[in-house]
Amino acid sequence: MKGRISVLALAALLLSGCGQSTTDPGAGPVTIDYWMWDTNQQPQYQACADAFTKANPDYKVKITQYGWSDYWSTLTAAFVSGTAPDVFTSHLSNYPQFAAQGQLLPIDDLVARDKIDLSLYQDGLADLWVAKDGKRYGLPKDFDTVALIYNKQKLKEAGIDPKELDDLRWNPQDGGTYEKLIARLTVDENGKRGDEPGFDKKHVATYGLGLNSSGSGSGQTEWSMYAMSNGWAYGDRNPWPTTLNYADPRFKETIKWFTSLIDKGYMPSMSIVTSGVAQMDAYGAGKYAMVTEGSWNTKAYWALKGVESGLAPTPVGPTGKRASLFNGLADNISATTDNPDAAWAWMKFLASPACQTDIVADHGVIFPAIKQATVRAEKAFAKQGIDVKPFTMHVEQGTTHLALIADRWADVSAVMTETMDAIFSFKAPVDSLDQANEKVNALLG
Amino acid sequence: MSISHPSVRLAGSPGRRRRRSDLLPALVFVLPAAAGFTVFYLWPAIRGLYLSLTSYNVFTPPRFVGLDNYDRLLSDHLFWNALKVTAEYVLINIGVQTVAALLLAVLMHRLTRSLVVRGVLLLPFLVANVIVALVWFWMLDFQIGIVNQMLDWLGLERVAFFGDPDLAIPTIALVNTWRHLGYTALLIFAGLQMIPPAVYEAAAIDGASERQMFFRVTLPLLRPVMALVLVLTVIGSFQVFDTVAVTTNGGPINATRVIYYYIFDMAFNRFSFGYAAALSSVLFVLLAGIAYIQLRLTRAGETDLA
Repeated sequence: MKGRISVLALAALLLSGCGQSTTDPGAGPVTIDYWMWDTNQQPQYQACADAFTKANPDYKVKITQYGWSDYWSTLTAAFVSGTAPDVFTSHLSNYPQFAAQGQLLPIDDLVARDKIDLSLYQDGLADLWVAKDGKRYGLPKDFDTVALIYNKQKLKEAGIDPKELDDLRWNPQDGGTYEKLIARLTVDENGKRGDEPGFDKKHVATYGLGLNSSGSGSGQTEWSMYAMSNGWAYGDRNPWPTTLNYADPRFKETIKWFTSLIDKGYMPSMSIVTSGVAQMDAYGAGKYAMVTEGSWNTKAYWALKGVESGLAPTPVGPTGKRASLFNGLADNISATTDNPDAAWAWMKFLASPACQTDIVADHGVIFPAIKQATVRAEKAFAKQGIDVKPFTMHVEQGTTHLALIADRWADVSAVMTETMDAIFSFKAPVDSLDQANEKVNALLG
Repeated sequence: MSISHPSVRLAGSPGRRRRRSDLLPALVFVLPAAAGFTVFYLWPAIRGLYLSLTSYNVFTPPRFVGLDNYDRLLSDHLFWNALKVTAEYVLINIGVQTVAALLLAVLMHRLTRSLVVRGVLLLPFLVANVIVALVWFWMLDFQIGIVNQMLDWLGLERVAFFGDPDLAIPTIALVNTWRHLGYTALLIFAGLQMIPPAVYEAAAIDGASERQMFFRVTLPLLRPVMALVLVLTVIGSFQVFDTVAVTTNGGPINATRVIYYYIFDMAFNRFSFGYAAALSSVLFVLLAGIAYIQLRLTRAGETDLA
């Protein structure tokens, strides 16, 4: 008899383990599951969540943060297993795939019903979240641009006035004043600078310009600002391009120039870049005099100990203009959410001035999507001693280019990572982009 | 509730012979493992085999495509590259690990019974894989890693251990060897303790040197244990994933795109679950074949201690 009892007990255990996921209705407030990836931004959205609950005592928000590198695979697994969050921070590169699979809740009716004013946001941001099916899936929460971050001490040692950085010019032939600056800031182990005779490019102590990666197909903070200031665009149109332009001569000459910085010893090689710590850590250790970075990372750079940093705009290119990608995040609602009303209420709040202008802007970490909030965010940054004009000037001067939204971006990315890594490591010629471009165009087909 | 079915039938017929009554508790003890095996291994394996014949992105129902995925696999340079780098990883990892672990185990066996030594040897294994990987990743950084700092002080050239395509796989293989060495040594050490001391005494009386004892007594008698250790570590070694996932992400270029990482990438980042299932099926066949060959070659079921 003993055997039978234990089998029954086991069965009972198995059963009890399986069936207790339903929550008691009417017991306390509804909890909204919210996911995000950036730890730097968690405090400000927690503050928004607190304000939201205060205004709507029926709703509570539980924020979960996952690192960027596992965020999308974790989210995919959650969608498959039915444990997806109600609302989550989303990215332009990733949302089309989820939208195409019917995993996101369209919000057109809700936007119309609640008369959300889409002109509140920086121009173009709201429409980035209308997918290929013509339905809207998100409301903008922030925008970002790219600028140079430099080490003040390194500039001083090189005898360079930070003001010189306001008028940098770049061209793909000789790199212009921008390359001259990078060369000047590069120092080898014997103290010789990159523009001095006898410079040893094999033993560099400080690189004039840091490198994050080969940039794959986007190059957002790596090379997009040069390529676009050279008149290049990612695709024949945006969003939903039918062909991509990685074989364009303007792109190729940009990449040829950019990778030549590695060859000249002004920028670290790919094997150095991928050998361990991230760009920010190497910069913090004084290994890079300047880096190109996205606005969302500003505060993290200012938190580095032992380095005093400044911001400068990216250089003016052959078009006579600067260029920066204009990217923005938004929140999406899962199609499978148990409580669409609660999810929408929270999303609406995140997209409202009450959250973006009154809370997020004042934290001075990112730029909210709402136009009026920019000035307030600039002030919040200024209070921390950061002049963010090099980021916001792109918006004022109209030198922003909306980030690319394309089908099958993950597959495009896989091809481009392989190709760009090989080019940046000098294992493949720049002309290998021709073949890669055919491959990615076939994917879009 | 089909799992309780067999035991109910057996328990319902009293007055069996002794052998039969042993069967019942035996089944009860096996049941949890069998249930776990069925639910978490057997069923997913069968379903994976089916999915490998489909085009499937998890969100829409799978569409049967026959052998298309296997056809694609044959001409996928990344699949062949994955096999190549995985094999390179396994060879270095298992080669170094097995020899070093055997030496360590014999040293422990012949020189010390100290629990402290055994504990220290096991220490790296007690640290989570991801943490081991990240700590080494940072220590080996070209510019600010402490290892390269030391190379610099010694007047040697710095080395991009994880960043150089030629060194990335050996580096990852040796980092994992470092972590698993103590554990493997302990497994072998346990095997050593099963060899009766009388054999060594007899060898000593016959005037055998320590070296001769190792090659003529220890190694032959250790064969079944070594076979088991090899089968387990080789299969585990083929499944290298987390170290790659937190350090190189398959790079530089494709130098560390090992088969498990490629499967994961295909499935969870690129939604090609059908193709990923085909890759997994091929890996399954490969591993089963390797395990079979190993067991045959090492006659793992037999012992020379008769």
